[in-house]
Amino acid sequence: MGKIELVGVEKTFGHVGVIKGVDLQVEDGEFVVFVGPSGCGKSTLLRLIAGLEDTTGGRILIDGVDVSDTPPAKRGLSMVFQSYALYPHMSVRSNIGFGLRMAGVPKEERNRKVEAAAAVLNLTAYLDRRPGQLSGGQRQRVAIGRAIVREPKAFLFDEPLSNLDAALRVNMRLEIARLQNSLGTTAIYVTHDQIEAMTLADKIVVLNAGKIEQVGSPLELYDHPANLFVAGFIGSPKMNLVSGAAARKHGAATIGVRPEHVSTSPTIGEWEGVVSVAEHVGSDTFLYVTVPDIGDITVRAVGELALKPGAKVFLTPDISRIHRFDRDGNAVRN
Amino acid sequence: MATRQTHILGRILVAPSIVLLFLWMIVPLGMTIWFSLLRYSLLDPGSESFVGLLNYQYFLTDPAFFTALANTLVLVGAVLAITVVGGVLIALLMDQPIFGRGIVRLMVIAPFFVMPTVSALVWKNLLMHPVSGLFAWVSKLFGLTPVDWFTDYPLLAIILIVSWQWLPFATLILLTALQSFDEEQKEAAQMDGTPPLAFFFLMILPHLARAITVVILIETIFLLSVFAEILVTTGGGPGLATTNIAFLVYAQALLQYDIGGASAGGIVAVVLANIVAIFLVRLVGKNLDA
Repeated sequence: MGKIELVGVEKTFGHVGVIKGVDLQVEDGEFVVFVGPSGCGKSTLLRLIAGLEDTTGGRILIDGVDVSDTPPAKRGLSMVFQSYALYPHMSVRSNIGFGLRMAGVPKEERNRKVEAAAAVLNLTAYLDRRPGQLSGGQRQRVAIGRAIVREPKAFLFDEPLSNLDAALRVNMRLEIARLQNSLGTTAIYVTHDQIEAMTLADKIVVLNAGKIEQVGSPLELYDHPANLFVAGFIGSPKMNLVSGAAARKHGAATIGVRPEHVSTSPTIGEWEGVVSVAEHVGSDTFLYVTVPDIGDITVRAVGELALKPGAKVFLTPDISRIHRFDRDGNAVRN
Repeated sequence: MATRQTHILGRILVAPSIVLLFLWMIVPLGMTIWFSLLRYSLLDPGSESFVGLLNYQYFLTDPAFFTALANTLVLVGAVLAITVVGGVLIALLMDQPIFGRGIVRLMVIAPFFVMPTVSALVWKNLLMHPVSGLFAWVSKLFGLTPVDWFTDYPLLAIILIVSWQWLPFATLILLTALQSFDEEQKEAAQMDGTPPLAFFFLMILPHLARAITVVILIETIFLLSVFAEILVTTGGGPGLATTNIAFLVYAQALLQYDIGGASAGGIVAVVLANIVAIFLVRLVGKNLDA
């Protein structure tokens, strides 16, 4: 079981409020991703759950038990750190088994568990090496092995993939997803990379300036952002946000339309503009179109589109996919 | 040094310093070896004659030599033990966020800046003196008989003085090593539920291994030749109780005016230092790799 509940959790460093009252429910077996810009407090929130920081206010409950004042090791969670934080002077075997050793698990049982974890993570051949003799991806797997061998109530991941190169990151992302799926253990994962968030999460928590902006499934957040911040943060390339006269026409202070929901035409359309940059990435073409009185609009079009910079183009947003926001930046539901 | 030309140029440019350093080392060493083979007494100048290895034979069969050798080893070993253990503990303490940390650090480092002669005199006259010393005063306060350090425990007194001087060095090196301990690793250990003592022995000490090696190597070099503290406090006595090899060589040369014998003693000391160095490097030097 691994149900984690945050009730009005607050954290201040000196006079600076970093976490300003967070309420959150993480169900057993769920994969929850905290995402937000740097400095939004997502890592702090994770560390509060881990017990590496003390809360200033509010309560943290694991399986209904208040653990706000429980030391980290007693919370039954395990954590994968950004720098992996492996013990450099110990072999992979000792690294993975260290938590069990501290918990007083007898040596044979410990070895059995370590070897089982190593088999899952393809580390069997490296058990007697030191972390210094491993590649980045292997170190990452050792760090994960250290987490799973303790059979925790939940895994906490603190930007675990940010030190890996792009190709390895995609691989490890898949591995983490597969592992979490097969173990069925609750996981909380912190990242600033929204692709990681979208692909891994059952539930995304978007944080900004110490507050939760929105909680929901990846597609919920993508299709129905609750406010301008979430609308601008989730999605790549970013949603086009237009205010002024063009927005008032649709009855909102600001309207948002995703790049893939804008159609192009050489002859007719709502907005007329000039292509400033055309990025051809193969499957898609990203057009950056300068529209007078509105600004730059990003358009995602088919890969075969042959528009050169400087070409005139007409754009039409898909009316049914427009997001409307009021003056305070909150979404207007139809 | 990309091309052959710059390679040759580089060698020519460093040649003068290499030659100078080489001469700097080899001339005194050569002269000492030469003197050690002569009958050369300052009481009888101008009568030098070649005697072969006779000086070595006298020096090595002198019972004082073995006493001095034992004293040297005890002194080095004890001071190393005290400074390393004490240094680790003080470094741990100073790594904590305490009030007035800057001042405390400065105070802890201060003894290292005091000249050996001065610190030895301070210890002899102000602290360990059986009548007017601070320790004697404290003893009397509790109704105990004051300890006459330099008569009853001369070698221990020297060990305490030298340890006091070298503790700051060990503390400083170990503190910098301690501060480079990875914060996330500490947190990982916390998540693993490591109790404080296990954390110290399984995480901190291995992390400090390399720094401890450096401290041991550097201190050994200097501790083998401790001299000023002995001269100022006990003068090698009572008897031979605090005579180490360095002091024995001094006594040979400047108290007995025997340059030949002192030179032989000097060469023996060099050989001994090298033996100790080889042992140390083999014993702990592997920590310096990787």
